[in-house]
Amino acid sequence: MNRFLLPLSIFIVVVVFLGIGLKLNPREIPSPLVGKAAPDFSQPQLFEPTKVFSPGDMKGKVWLLNFWASWCSGCKTEHPVLMDLAKSGEVPIYGMDYKDQRDEAMTWLSRWGNPYPVVGVDDAGRVGINYGVYGVPETYVIDKQGVIRYKQIGPLDPDTVEKKIIPLVKQLEAQ
Amino acid sequence: MNMKWITLIIMAFLSGPVWAGEARPLADDPAAEARLKHLAVELRCLVCQNQTLADSNAPLAEDLRREVREMIAKNMSDQEIIEFLTARYGDFVLYRPPLKATTTLLWVGPFVLVIIGATVLIITLRRRAGKVVEVPVTEDEHRRVEQLLAEGGKRP
Repeated sequence: MNRFLLPLSIFIVVVVFLGIGLKLNPREIPSPLVGKAAPDFSQPQLFEPTKVFSPGDMKGKVWLLNFWASWCSGCKTEHPVLMDLAKSGEVPIYGMDYKDQRDEAMTWLSRWGNPYPVVGVDDAGRVGINYGVYGVPETYVIDKQGVIRYKQIGPLDPDTVEKKIIPLVKQLEAQ
Repeated sequence: MNMKWITLIIMAFLSGPVWAGEARPLADDPAAEARLKHLAVELRCLVCQNQTLADSNAPLAEDLRREVREMIAKNMSDQEIIEFLTARYGDFVLYRPPLKATTTLLWVGPFVLVIIGATVLIITLRRRAGKVVEVPVTEDEHRRVEQLLAEGGKRP
């Protein structure tokens, strides 16, 4: 009996590690930007190209910055969640149209609904690079001082919004 | 006949840019392009994670190569360019991450495993060596062995 105990325990340890490895998502790379100031930008707005959208305008507010594109399928999945969150009035969601065609982006929003008060246009993907975006959708929670507090990689789902985003926003609002 | 050849030659020349579609060198400066290549093989593409920034055709990789080209044009050092990327994407972009508190397991892990394996092997071999007992061979057994060997020799 004793001679099987050691191999068995090693086997169990290996299985546990592999099990954890399977559950981890290799796409979720921890962002070094969490806890740092949100990179500055001034991008033309989607609906009013003569106006500029800049994170400086948001000082003193807790807000979400959502990178999306009309060509991105994950954004379509995420869209109803954003609509609900925008309707709830918990936190404003600002959009960044990432590497997209302007007309297609506008058609997409008029077709499915627009959760954003303002959408910036990042046609060259430069703002995306400064924010460490490597796949849309990605969403950042930014506090009153303009510091990134959370980064969501991939679509937001109702569970994440309820358990992570809203409590975090409330906590940041109270600060 | 002559016309055919001329057309063929012209077409051959025109087809040049077609096969050069991939990895087109933007910089007219070959030195800058060489630096980009040298840097890009050390950097991981974040979209297709097992490809380098040099190999990947993902749009993000193209954008990042563009950024790196621009930084090279601005005369930034390799160190500064790598810092620019790690500040945004973390150590994950590096194929050779620096030795830090968070990456110690990554660097030391394989050696620890080798040491554990070697120790277990040595201990097991030593124990086994101790278990081998010399069994005295009797006179009878010797005779039997000789007989068997002799029989074996007769067989075809």
